[in-house]
Amino acid sequence: MRVCWLFILLLSTSPVMAADMGITVQIPRIDAAEYHRPYVAVWIEDGNQAVAANLAVWYQQKDTKEGAGSKWLADLRQWWRRSGREQSLPIDGVSGATRPVGQHQLRFESGKPPLASLKPGSYQLVVEAVREVGGRELLKIPFDWPISETRHLDAKGQHELGQITLDLNP
Amino acid sequence: MTTAHKLFAIAVALALPLSAQAHKTWLLPSETVLSAEDPWITVDAAVSNDLFYFNHVPLRLESLAITGPDGSAVNAENTATGKYRSTFDVHLTTPGTYRIAVVNAGLFANWEEDGKPKRWRGSVEKFASEVPKDASKLSVSQSVGRTETFVTAGRPNDTALTSSGVGLELVPVTHPNDLFAGEKATFKLLIDGKPAPGLDVEVIPDGIRYRQQQNEIKTTSDKDGLISVTWPAAGRYWLHSDTEDDKTSVAAASKRRLSYSLTLEVLPQ
Repeated sequence: MRVCWLFILLLSTSPVMAADMGITVQIPRIDAAEYHRPYVAVWIEDGNQAVAANLAVWYQQKDTKEGAGSKWLADLRQWWRRSGREQSLPIDGVSGATRPVGQHQLRFESGKPPLASLKPGSYQLVVEAVREVGGRELLKIPFDWPISETRHLDAKGQHELGQITLDLNP
Repeated sequence: MTTAHKLFAIAVALALPLSAQAHKTWLLPSETVLSAEDPWITVDAAVSNDLFYFNHVPLRLESLAITGPDGSAVNAENTATGKYRSTFDVHLTTPGTYRIAVVNAGLFANWEEDGKPKRWRGSVEKFASEVPKDASKLSVSQSVGRTETFVTAGRPNDTALTSSGVGLELVPVTHPNDLFAGEKATFKLLIDGKPAPGLDVEVIPDGIRYRQQQNEIKTTSDKDGLISVTWPAAGRYWLHSDTEDDKTSVAAASKRRLSYSLTLEVLPQ
């Protein structure tokens, strides 16, 4: 019994040692007469622009007269093309409601979904945002996998996205 | 206008896209890439010089055929034909790619009767019974004209994109609903289902009214019938090719005119 507990303890502590990926997505305050929260997709693409991991998709969940918010998901053009149209929504652990203005943290651990299947290589973090009666913006941050050293990477949006940061900790 | 005049006007309108001074025939879908759970599109259909402005005559919907993602026929809804355009809706009940096409195929005959010119337009089946065999100065030509577009709900597929085997057609190498600015798309031209080499193709971007030139992209199909286009910008494009051959269905017809017009949507990166 004691051995068993020790085993569980080991299992539960081991992820702390694992490499992790921290992402911050800033949704900027936009002075607009009619403001709607943006649809946002966050994913990792490989060298062929294929989706290696879906990290987050935020879209309107409420059913409206025009149907659920999925009607406008295709406006996340690159995400829809690379991944969305192949998915059945909602995507467990990935899709969720739109987010308000501010900084939004995402944290993922190596060896666990959605990073578990990431093979060694060069990748890009992609963040795409589109806003009803607003614009569309897509940012990319290149990085290598697996994580060999602590790195702080970022990109700055001009319109629909603010600061995007990618923190890699081995 | 008398009924005869009306019929003649319709025949001329239908024949126009096949003549040398062709007006452009087109179908313009409201969207081509859809993600909704219960998607609908609406489509404008017209014949005009300016893309995509309905300012000449409507494209008639008598020979509209919509093929669903599983290859089965889909009905158009809310069809209407006005002065300058026809419109209809399509309910995309099954996920996948739809082919929306107006195919006008038939025979044209001219001859003289009692010194007066006579004109006739109709199907291959009716030709023998409606056009006198011994008509003087009889001239007959055949035509197959296809005007089409593609739309995709959810995941694209290729079932509806297979060749009908009749006339001038385009089949995808690049899926027609996966087109992005700056990227190259490749398509294959077929005549009667076989690769069609050496055909001149023009691709014209939308918005002619607001610029000085057509800005057409010209290309020619290679030995395998392949053409490639690198999209200079996002927007709607009209792709067209026409040709003629002697593969007619009736002995009296000396030549067969073939035309193909396709509306494509290119999305921004």
